Amino acid sequence: MSSNGGPGPYRILGGRIPYVEGPLKVTGRAEYTDDIKRPGMLFGAFLRSPWPHARLVEIDVAAARALPGVYAVLTGARYPTAFGVLPITHDEMAIAVGKSRYIGDIIAAVAASDEPTAERALRAIRVRVEPLPEYADPQTGLTKVAEPIQARGLAGSNVQKEVVQHFGDVDAAFAKAAASVRVRGSFPGVTHAFTEPMATIAEATPDGRLTVWSSTQVPHYLHRALSEVLGIPMHRIRVIKPEVGGGFGGKSDPLPHEIACAALAIETGRPVKVRFDREDVFLTNHGRHPTQNDVRIAADPDGHLLAYDIDAVIDGGAWSSFGTVTTYYNGVLAMGPYRVPNFRYRGRRVYTNKPPSGAMRAHGGTNIRYSVEVGLDELAEKLGLDPFELRERNALAPHSTTVNELRITSTSFRRCLASARERSGWDSKFRQGPLGHGVGLGCGFYISGSNSPIHFTPKMPQCTVHLKVDMDGGIAVHSMQADIGQGSNTLMAAIVAEVLGADLERVHVIRVDTDVSPVDLGSYSSRVTFMMGNAARRAAEELKELLIKAAAELTGYPKEQLVVGHERFEVRHRPDVGVGFLEAVHKAIERRGALTATGAYNSPPMGGSFKGARAGTAPAYSFAAYVAEVDVDVETGEYKVETVWAAFDCGRPLNRLAVEGQIEGSIHMGLGQLMSESMNYRGTRLLNPSLLEYKILAPQQMPRVECLLVGDDDPEGPFGAKEAGEGPLVATLPAAANALYDAVGVRFHELPITPDKVVRGIERRRKEGRAWKGA
Amino acid sequence: MPSPSILRFTVNGHPAEVPCAPQTVLLDLLREQLNLTGTKRGCDLGTCGCCTVWVDGRPTLSCLTLARLTDGRRVTTIEGVSPASGLNPVQEEFVGLGATQCGFCTPGFVMTATALLRDHPHPTREEIERAISGNLCRCTGYTKIVAAIEAAAARSP
Repeated sequence: MSSNGGPGPYRILGGRIPYVEGPLKVTGRAEYTDDIKRPGMLFGAFLRSPWPHARLVEIDVAAARALPGVYAVLTGARYPTAFGVLPITHDEMAIAVGKSRYIGDIIAAVAASDEPTAERALRAIRVRVEPLPEYADPQTGLTKVAEPIQARGLAGSNVQKEVVQHFGDVDAAFAKAAASVRVRGSFPGVTHAFTEPMATIAEATPDGRLTVWSSTQVPHYLHRALSEVLGIPMHRIRVIKPEVGGGFGGKSDPLPHEIACAALAIETGRPVKVRFDREDVFLTNHGRHPTQNDVRIAADPDGHLLAYDIDAVIDGGAWSSFGTVTTYYNGVLAMGPYRVPNFRYRGRRVYTNKPPSGAMRAHGGTNIRYSVEVGLDELAEKLGLDPFELRERNALAPHSTTVNELRITSTSFRRCLASARERSGWDSKFRQGPLGHGVGLGCGFYISGSNSPIHFTPKMPQCTVHLKVDMDGGIAVHSMQADIGQGSNTLMAAIVAEVLGADLERVHVIRVDTDVSPVDLGSYSSRVTFMMGNAARRAAEELKELLIKAAAELTGYPKEQLVVGHERFEVRHRPDVGVGFLEAVHKAIERRGALTATGAYNSPPMGGSFKGARAGTAPAYSFAAYVAEVDVDVETGEYKVETVWAAFDCGRPLNRLAVEGQIEGSIHMGLGQLMSESMNYRGTRLLNPSLLEYKILAPQQMPRVECLLVGDDDPEGPFGAKEAGEGPLVATLPAAANALYDAVGVRFHELPITPDKVVRGIERRRKEGRAWKGA
Repeated sequence: MPSPSILRFTVNGHPAEVPCAPQTVLLDLLREQLNLTGTKRGCDLGTCGCCTVWVDGRPTLSCLTLARLTDGRRVTTIEGVSPASGLNPVQEEFVGLGATQCGFCTPGFVMTATALLRDHPHPTREEIERAISGNLCRCTGYTKIVAAIEAAAARSP
């Protein structure tokens, strides 16, 4: 397992490192939450509101409680404390209190001996409500409304958050511009569609402790929310994260069912399992916000960008979730990978009576990126510039600062452009294919970990990693970093093995368990590789010191002359003199017992002093330039993206297998949003809460993907690495949309781009007598 | 609720007798009664393929199959295609080529792919894509899954 090293100076890192859980996953032996059974376990179920917006007048649970096999029925009155992932916007309830805010809101919870009994109990609950006005369209919530969905709506409206920013002088810039474009983008909601439905098991024990197993990306935030709502100190709650079957942001909030499940366990004194069906998953949502954005871009005659003027109205659904961050991101994440000297943004996130929106892969950066990149394609055409040339002229320089004071350190964006251009054969394809065949360019950047931890203690580390080595010589790695399939356990083990010269099989990652794992904030904002990687490296360096010292004692050489070899420590320039790994461990243990080491990471201070200045700050950014090549059947409007050349700067790729996997998966998800995915509503009622009617791409719809990893080492990233989990998504959509334009001469500002829209666009163009590619 | 009767079938090569209510689906019987939790529940509607098992060797969605219909038949789960130690060739390639990410869809893909290569040792890419088109994966974009099946096929005699 030690010979996977790739190009570069490292023995393991930089190679293609198979995932450490792979053998468990391919045999069905990996343990997910629903695979766990506890003795005497009950099943929990929830009564979901059929009303979009209603005052809960009376909930009569007597008949339900009286049913044989029913152990508990809870309503919101029992634990009325609001919670939420952001400390500044607690407006979510484990079980609704006072009002139901969307079709699907949990209004009662039952624990019973089995699921059919729990379902019968739900049907026996009688709820009397007073219907309230229903708000489906965020536009109607921008001003004062009769019944605000949440008390915190601004000035009696349903606006949860408004962001207004202005840097430079946008109006003056537009006044002197040689060319400008405007894109009014329209994006329905999309959702994560991970394969594992959420599941939680909770068990309260007579020693006063509560244990919760849950399918979560954020064990630490869940830990906090359980404590806050249930009124139990964190040190008496233990959160365990089994394997998680995908998240993509959908499991990155503490969620009502997790807390309600724990409440049922406390109420009954028995272990309680809650597992969702697919409709529950859709109703829990927290997916990408339905968005209307209005983007104006101005440039001078040479194609230098002068200004962005952006307005966004985003549909938050019933709760806040990450919404304050989303509202900022829909503006500030427009501010790369180009230099833009003037920037104005107004963003409003509006509550509606729909399933809550939240964070989804490339959170806040996807829809705005689409409108910007489609706009730039149009701008290049107006100016008579090649789309690559326009980007070249505006690329952010390394070690620069954006007008809104984002600190840019490493960027290999120009190399991304060069690589995508060359490998795609752009210069012989662009505007040169026949009607129905086209290429398009889309670019992007994304945060490599949010600089701001989202709890109240920013001085504490964002990630800590502990190592333990005892007489057996195995290296146990503890951290709350949450592997949800992206391969972070593998990377953590590989970093430790790399630093210590150990074989990978010597390292084992301990499952996240808050009783023993030191805090990491979780898998969101593409933070794990950067932050955990640095923490793991520091922990391993500390352990290395102990082993080098022991090796020095054993060899009689000064420790300054000892270096790490493969499974041994040896004298520099005298590799024949050294001691084996286990020998060094045993020597080091003699005086202090089992070896332990700690590493932590906290990002440096950054960001300006204006309100909201921390939004979008990150210790590093990834960059991307994608070319998509598309084939369109101009009669039916059916199209296929044949190839994507994905030039990506993640700094130094530490596990090429995982980086490629993230890029390929991101392209699948991005093209899904472009081509077919949409949460469809009639009013506030979700019409397609199943994977049959919510269409993710099939294997036949996937393009060939060529991953072009061209990053230079980042100065602060672990071994030079940056994120690769979310940035690979954002460039996908505009690259394909711009390729469609090259193919058929039609701009699409409304997603998803379904075949009927393509056909209508082609017809419109013909009727207007605007020939495209001679047709 | 109708009372259970006894279901007699073969599970992973071993004869089994299990109490089985008429409405019980095979997925629940396997996971809840036989503790064969390698078979995953992803949608309950036959849309995701995570619950794929074999009935008489044919890939079958266990969430849509009434358990009683397997009376007298052979049911094979992911536990049944996994060697006592080590991995089968499909599994080896899935691991080596990174075709798992979150892994929740993986047992279903392994069942589909293993059956495909048993019946068609050298499938074309189109045949592979058609075979797996009933299995959803949200992590990999299928790229490395197809590559792993191709690599396993290349090892077929």
